[in-house]
Amino acid sequence: MSRYLTLSALAVLFLFPLVWSGYASFEEPSNYLEMARFGEGLGTYATNSVLVSVMTVAGTLVVSALGGYGFARFDFPGKNLLFLATLAILMVPYATILIPLYVLLGYLGLQNSLVGLSLVFVMFQLPFALFMMRNAFEALPRELEEAALVDGCGTFRAFARILLHAVRPALITVGLFAFLASWNDFFAPLILLNDGASFTLPVAVVSMTQQTFGAIDYGMLQAGVMVMAFPCLILFIVLQRHYVRGFMSGALRG
Amino acid sequence: MNRTGRRAAHSAPSARWRSRKVQGWLYTAPTAVIVGVLFIAPLVLVGWMSLNRWPLLGQATFNAPDNYLKIGDNPLFVDAVLFTLKYTAITTVLLSAVALGLAMLVQDRKPGIGFFRTAFFLPGAVGFAAAGLLFYGMLNNDFGPIDPLLQALHITSEPVKWIGTPNMALFSTITLVLWRFAGFNMLILLTGLQAIPTEVYEAARSDGANRWQVFTKITLPLLRPTLALMLILSVTGSLLAFDQFFVFTNGGPDNSTVSMVMVVYRDAFFRFDLGGAAALSVVLLVALVGLNTLMMRRLR
Repeated sequence: MSRYLTLSALAVLFLFPLVWSGYASFEEPSNYLEMARFGEGLGTYATNSVLVSVMTVAGTLVVSALGGYGFARFDFPGKNLLFLATLAILMVPYATILIPLYVLLGYLGLQNSLVGLSLVFVMFQLPFALFMMRNAFEALPRELEEAALVDGCGTFRAFARILLHAVRPALITVGLFAFLASWNDFFAPLILLNDGASFTLPVAVVSMTQQTFGAIDYGMLQAGVMVMAFPCLILFIVLQRHYVRGFMSGALRG
Repeated sequence: MNRTGRRAAHSAPSARWRSRKVQGWLYTAPTAVIVGVLFIAPLVLVGWMSLNRWPLLGQATFNAPDNYLKIGDNPLFVDAVLFTLKYTAITTVLLSAVALGLAMLVQDRKPGIGFFRTAFFLPGAVGFAAAGLLFYGMLNNDFGPIDPLLQALHITSEPVKWIGTPNMALFSTITLVLWRFAGFNMLILLTGLQAIPTEVYEAARSDGANRWQVFTKITLPLLRPTLALMLILSVTGSLLAFDQFFVFTNGGPDNSTVSMVMVVYRDAFFRFDLGGAAALSVVLLVALVGLNTLMMRRLR
């Protein structure tokens, strides 16, 4: 029983900031109206955030599903090298690679572009995503493909129509991680986007505290926090089984 | 005759092997392009940039090894290294203790435990920028609820300077980080705790071991690999801290909470010295890869 008392007290401590932020933002509903008019307008920033997240999730899923299948089922020269190079992304500090990425995206004409930012997010997601997808495909029985091939499917059709269905839980896990990371990230958009109209929500809302010298509207700020946090909280609560499975299935033990 | 026969016998499987090889390349080609263009190329580029005077706008000129030599003259960086080490040490110790405590509390599958696990993890789903702004409002002396609460409970008599003094700014930031990451680390430790067979605990209890003995003689040693992983993640993450200081304390007061990565950022985008920032990046990169290798060898 005392364990439940301790747990309850701790739960209050952990949930209090979120509850307070929600309360503070709704205390004056006009907070949301004011925030919606800030800068280029909430619509622009939210659209940018949604676009970046959708492109990141889609890109990560396509690249890691194809790659995971390739690594799980085929042997080819350079395979191990490519896999190790992908895992090495985990070893490289985020910050140290963003400055050359800023320069490189300039060469590619992708500076200040949501597409460029999404590609960078896909790269950062790749070690985890590829590892997850490779394990998921390896866990499938080979008979599944062989049956499809006998039925007259080409390997790609077998992959697209049958195998992708079979690894759906892994796809959801990878997609959820990619969404949370791209929606929430602050440092990469701060560096790679330099025009207010292309800002994502985190950069835009942080700039609320820095543009209005001294006179920060804290209620409006908490409205911004809620707009950023709400989709993540809902998505996490709905999909937490997949999130936790991502941990358990060795995503972190690799 | 003999030769051609052998070749014929081989040609079918080798053609198939060739086609499997090509297919393997095709499936992994998108991975190779992303890794090559967005990871390997910038890695090479950062090395090259660090050997050049590389202004934000304008022509780069080779100036090696100036960017490396002037690192020692950058007083902000030297202070930032010391501050970041201090921050990393305190954060890692507190985070491990809190996460381990939480993990042990929610370890058993009892009714309602799922709710508590979710409650502790939920802040982890919130972005760091959002979390920083949330605390920024919550600890504000005029707007936030914490000062009135502490005063009503007679714990303090006047508003606390949460980010107004160097020590309080560090304390407040660490509180923010604990709130945001304790649940995440709890989840990592939980996977380790659940890998310990219950028979081991039962055997220890039937041998008359008390709770403390079970914890120090069984839980901790068997949890070592998981704890090691958590330590590595926490140390690496803390050494590269940026968001929390940029959003929450903005490096203040008086540059007392400037982290190493903040110096890299300021060198690049406020002093427009990308070459200098690249040199700092290379040093950080080498140091971290070295540290990680060392930690993995020692802790595993």
